[in-house]
Amino acid sequence: MSLTDLTLADARELLARREISARELSEAHLEAIEKLNPRLNAFITVTPELALAQAEAADRAYAAGEAGPLAGLPLAIKDLFCTEGVRTTAASLMLENFVPPYESTVTARLRAAGAVFVGKTNLDEFAMGSSNMTSAFGAVANPWTRAGDAAALVPGGSSGGSAAAVAARLALGATGTDTGGSIRQPASFCGIAGMKPTYGRCSRFGIIAFASSLDQAGPMARNVEDCAILLTAMAGFDPKDSTSADRPVPDFHAACTRGVTGLRIGVPKEYAAPGMPDEIAALWQAGRDWLRAAGAELVEISLPHSEYALATYYIVAPAECSSNLARYDGVRFGRREDGADLIEMYERTRAAGFGAEVKRRILIGTYVLSAGYYDAYYLRAQKVRSLILGDFTAAFARCDAILTPTAPSAAFAQGEKMDDPVKMYLNDIYTVPASLAGLPAMSVPVGLNQEGLPLGLQVIGRPFDEETVFAVADKIEKAAGFSARPALRAGG
Amino acid sequence: MPLAPATVRRIAHLARIHIADDDIPRLQGELNGILGWVEQLAALDVEGVQPLTGAARMALRLRDDAVTEGGIPEKILANAPERAGDYFVVPKVVE
Repeated sequence: MSLTDLTLADARELLARREISARELSEAHLEAIEKLNPRLNAFITVTPELALAQAEAADRAYAAGEAGPLAGLPLAIKDLFCTEGVRTTAASLMLENFVPPYESTVTARLRAAGAVFVGKTNLDEFAMGSSNMTSAFGAVANPWTRAGDAAALVPGGSSGGSAAAVAARLALGATGTDTGGSIRQPASFCGIAGMKPTYGRCSRFGIIAFASSLDQAGPMARNVEDCAILLTAMAGFDPKDSTSADRPVPDFHAACTRGVTGLRIGVPKEYAAPGMPDEIAALWQAGRDWLRAAGAELVEISLPHSEYALATYYIVAPAECSSNLARYDGVRFGRREDGADLIEMYERTRAAGFGAEVKRRILIGTYVLSAGYYDAYYLRAQKVRSLILGDFTAAFARCDAILTPTAPSAAFAQGEKMDDPVKMYLNDIYTVPASLAGLPAMSVPVGLNQEGLPLGLQVIGRPFDEETVFAVADKIEKAAGFSARPALRAGG
Repeated sequence: MPLAPATVRRIAHLARIHIADDDIPRLQGELNGILGWVEQLAALDVEGVQPLTGAARMALRLRDDAVTEGGIPEKILANAPERAGDYFVVPKVVE
C-alpha cells in the first residue's frame, strides 16, 4: 500500500514500529501535493520546509521514545487558522499578505502533539459559502467527477480545500471549521468523514472569526476513527476563548468501538419531506436498517422548527459577521486602499478587499442590526433559535442520537447555483439546525449515487456527547463499507 | 417591505463599503431576495420566548484584572499597512 493511502491510525502504527519514517511519509504527501494541487487548487500555501522540519523532529522523537500522539502525521490546515509565521489569508484579498504573529490554540495543540503541517487549505472567503467558489484564490476542484463526465465539481464548502486534500490523499487528515455545515457538507461531497464538535469543545482563539456564536473547529479525515484521534488532540479548555468549555476531553478513539446496542436513534419525521431525492432517502433508510441490525432502537422524533433553521441562520450569521468583519479597516493589518479621508479609506479598503458574498452578508447583517429593524429581524431570529434548541432538548429526552442525511444533494458542478444566493444557502438545510443548537454532529460517507458521487449521513448528538456520535458513526461506516476512491488521487 | 436604492446606499455607508452606482440595482435585487426569504420567520409565534444569544452552555467567566502579556509592539505592528515608530498611521482626521 502506498504511503498516501494509509489511514492516520495505520500510519501512526507504522511510525511507532519504525517501519516507515516521518520524513518519507511527509515527502510522499508533499510530492502528491506538487503533482495534484495544480489541478485541485486545494492548497493556498504549501509549507514543505515547515513540514520537513516537523517530520525530522518527529523522527527524532520516535527514536528517543518521546513521540506525541500525532508525531509525524501529515495534516492540512484550513487557511482560517492563524499559524505563526505562515501566511493566513481566509481566502480573502483583504488578508492576501497577512502573516500572523501568533498561533491558534487548535494548531498549537496539533503542533505540540507532533503533527506535520503540509500546507494551508483553500476555503470560501472568510468561510462564507458552500461551494468554495467564493475564494479569492480560485475554485477548488472536487477529486471526484461524475461517471463518464470530466466536468469539474465543487468540493462543497467552506472547508472545501481540506476535504479535497484528504479525499485526494494529499494529507492524512485536516482541520476544518463549521459555522452552518462547513465541515459536514464538504465531507459528504468528497466522500470523507468530518466532525463538528459541541460548541465550546475546541478553542476559537486564533481562528479568523465569521459568526462567533456558531464557529467551531473540527477534524476531517478518511474515516471515523481518524477523526476521533484528531479531535482528542484538538479539543480542550483554553482560557483565551471566553466560550471554551472547561471540562475534560474524553478518549474519543476508545468511544468509536463502543457499539450501539440499546441506543435509541431518533429519526426526525419532518426531514422526510417530498423533494428529498430518492437515492438520498434510500441511503437514509439503509442507515436506519444498519443501526437496527447492530442493536439500536429507532425512535420517531419531531423537530418542528427545523424548517425555520436556515432563515434563522441567515439572520444570525450575517449579523455576527458584520460585527466581526468590522475590524478590517485598513489601519492595523490587512489590505489598505488610499482615500482622501479616514471614511473614504475605510470604504475603499473594504470595497477592494472583500468579495461579493462577503459584502452581501455584511450588508444583510448591518441591515438586520440597524435601528428600527433589530427587533423584527435579529431579535426574532434569536427567539426562533431558542425554539430550535428546545426541539432538540425535547427530542433528546427520547433518543440518544439523531440520524439524518448530511446534504440534500451530491457535489454539483462549478458555477451551478451561483445565480441566486438563496439557492446556494439551501445546501445547509440538514446541517444548520445542529449548528444553531451548538450540538456535535458528524458526516460519515455511506455510498455513491447513480453518477458515482459520494453521499454522507449525519449523526447528531447531545451537547458534549461526541462519544456517542463517534460510536454511531463508526457502526454506520463499518456497515456501509464505503471503499470507493476518487478518480483524482495520489497514486491513482 | 423591499429595500429602496437609497436604503441600500445607507446600509453600505453604515458598513463602510463603497458601492458604485452601477452596482446598486444588482445588490438591491440580491438583498431583497434574501430578506424576502427570511421573512418566513414572521409566521411564527414567538410571544414570550426568550432570545438565545449563543450555544455556549455557561456563564461567561471572569478573570483577575491583571496584565497577562504585553511588551510586543513589533509583533502588533508587524502587519501595519503604514507605521511611524510605534504608531499606526491613518489619513489626517482633524485639520
